[in-house]
Amino acid sequence: MDYLLTEEQIMVRDIARQIAQEKIKPVAAKYDAEGIFPWDIVKIMAASDLCGIYIEEKYGGTGGGAMELVLATEELSRACGGISLAFAATALGTFPIILFGTDEQKKKYLPDIAKGKKLAAFGLTEAGAGSDAGAIATTAEKKGDHYILNGTKQWITNGGEAEVYTVVASTDRSRGARGAAAFIVEKGTKGFEFGKKEDKMGIRASATRELVFTDCKIPKENILGKEGMGFIVAMKTFDQSRPGVAAQAVGIAQGALDLTVAYMKERKQFGKSIASFQGLQFMLADMATQIEASRALIYACARMIDSGNSKVGKDSAMAKLFASDMAMKVTTDCVQLFGGYGYMRDYPIEKYMRDAKITQIYEGTNQIQRGIIANHLIKESL
Amino acid sequence: MNIIVCIKQVPDTTNVRIDPETNTLVRAGVQSIVNPFDMYAIEEGIRLKEKFGGSVTVLTMGPPQAEEALREAISLGADEAVLVSDRAFAGSDTWATSYTLSKTIQKIGKFDIILCGKQAIDGDTAQVGPGIAAFLDLPQITFVKKIEDVKGPLVRAERMTEEGYDIVESPLPCVITVVKEINEPRLPSLKGKMRAKKIEIRKLEAKDLDADPDSLGLKGSPTKVVKIFTPPPRKGGQILEGEAKDICGKLVELLKGEIC
Repeated sequence: MDYLLTEEQIMVRDIARQIAQEKIKPVAAKYDAEGIFPWDIVKIMAASDLCGIYIEEKYGGTGGGAMELVLATEELSRACGGISLAFAATALGTFPIILFGTDEQKKKYLPDIAKGKKLAAFGLTEAGAGSDAGAIATTAEKKGDHYILNGTKQWITNGGEAEVYTVVASTDRSRGARGAAAFIVEKGTKGFEFGKKEDKMGIRASATRELVFTDCKIPKENILGKEGMGFIVAMKTFDQSRPGVAAQAVGIAQGALDLTVAYMKERKQFGKSIASFQGLQFMLADMATQIEASRALIYACARMIDSGNSKVGKDSAMAKLFASDMAMKVTTDCVQLFGGYGYMRDYPIEKYMRDAKITQIYEGTNQIQRGIIANHLIKESL
Repeated sequence: MNIIVCIKQVPDTTNVRIDPETNTLVRAGVQSIVNPFDMYAIEEGIRLKEKFGGSVTVLTMGPPQAEEALREAISLGADEAVLVSDRAFAGSDTWATSYTLSKTIQKIGKFDIILCGKQAIDGDTAQVGPGIAAFLDLPQITFVKKIEDVKGPLVRAERMTEEGYDIVESPLPCVITVVKEINEPRLPSLKGKMRAKKIEIRKLEAKDLDADPDSLGLKGSPTKVVKIFTPPPRKGGQILEGEAKDICGKLVELLKGEIC
């Protein structure tokens, strides 16, 4: 389908596609098996200017926005949903600075992220605060010119690899969600350590670790927005980043479908290629249609964000929900179409199914997304 | 350091059809790419520039659409692009092509190194690089797998041979043709692509060159293509099985039959 992309958006998509197909695809299985962080691919992304496509030109980026971000994430994920996360999770960690940072904070952090010299990460989730983000127990106590951070963040994508972390902590636990604030914490700050690296079902090339703060002292200038705004920072960040998760899901689904169509043309049963069986053709047609519908929803949502419309909460939740449920269904069907081979690790398709699952869970489970959508509906009807 | 990289736009496959009437390649419907060996030359040029400063000019002779190949080189990091294109060049063999390119290079002016891919994947002659060196009366190092150093007026390079490699030192300016072992070409960057979109390509025609009209195109090409064909696949050999002492005699008999 022609989405009437700008010339620059086509360039972004083509560069991401070339990196994905020529550089990522050949090594995706290796990174999945070994679970190591894809620094050599990150370097290629950096050299191709991909890391700054959603960052303003005056801060070293190329001045694109959500649309560029989803185009690149989709193409990268088509080759590997794990490796693409080094890129996409950096965007998640960078959005709080883009949305709420002061000019000084932006000047200090964005150029290195745009150049790909530094990766970023976003730290909200804790052992006892997942969907219930208001329950965070990490504290930030103000002392003179500093905040003192204590607590542990869990399952942080890019943890340990990123240099710049945006972390949500409570300055006043008695106020719950209204007592939170967001802070920028640099790797190497005293009292900031990394916990265990998680052994995951999918997206195994992505680093997922704990952030452990023990009397970690950071300058008060590192607060994003004001005290009490932490929850707003997180929600507004997710509104922007959910189309990115959705794009990751579409990329994974598209990559799986590409492999499946090629396989079905080759695989012969009953004396002909299995692509010639109408029952299986119907499955292909349904998958392609579902992928395209998800893509259209994501692109519409990304364009809404880029137009400056701030009321994207419901739409970005819809995009994330629809695309990730679609990706799980499509990749499951792709494994089905590969038959017994699909279940074997020697074939690349089962990885897509493992990678797809997380998109239904993180950046707000799909149950939380449904809650967001329903809340909007109920509010809008008043 | 000023570097000129000569590139060629070629069809994206070595198995294109050949027109039986004209004995030339049928290019219609085949996607065009930069000759893969030239991609290594472009990469090496950009690396030399990054190390020693200066600029990289890419040059191609071809039809107007060869401009795409030049823009691709710009997207990778080349600075300037020159397209030399004229109907008068049609039918050029490697002799006339080398002559035309050498005349164009004289027009471009100052340079220290001319880089070429070792050969183009369509013609596979590997003659144009050395041809340029001959017409410009420059030293040449062919099949280079590593440029070790450029010091003052000298370049030191490793030249691939069948058994290993030679280390060759040459004064500058010189012509270097490269093999794929020399580097790993980078991918284009977004800023490079944007630049490639906008850059003005310098276009030269036959009349812009200080060239002898009789040495251009078909007229200037001594090569006559009589026939082009894909050689038949080699037939499998014969394997004699058994103990050496038993089959030796049989082998000798067979060899006799082959020779006589």
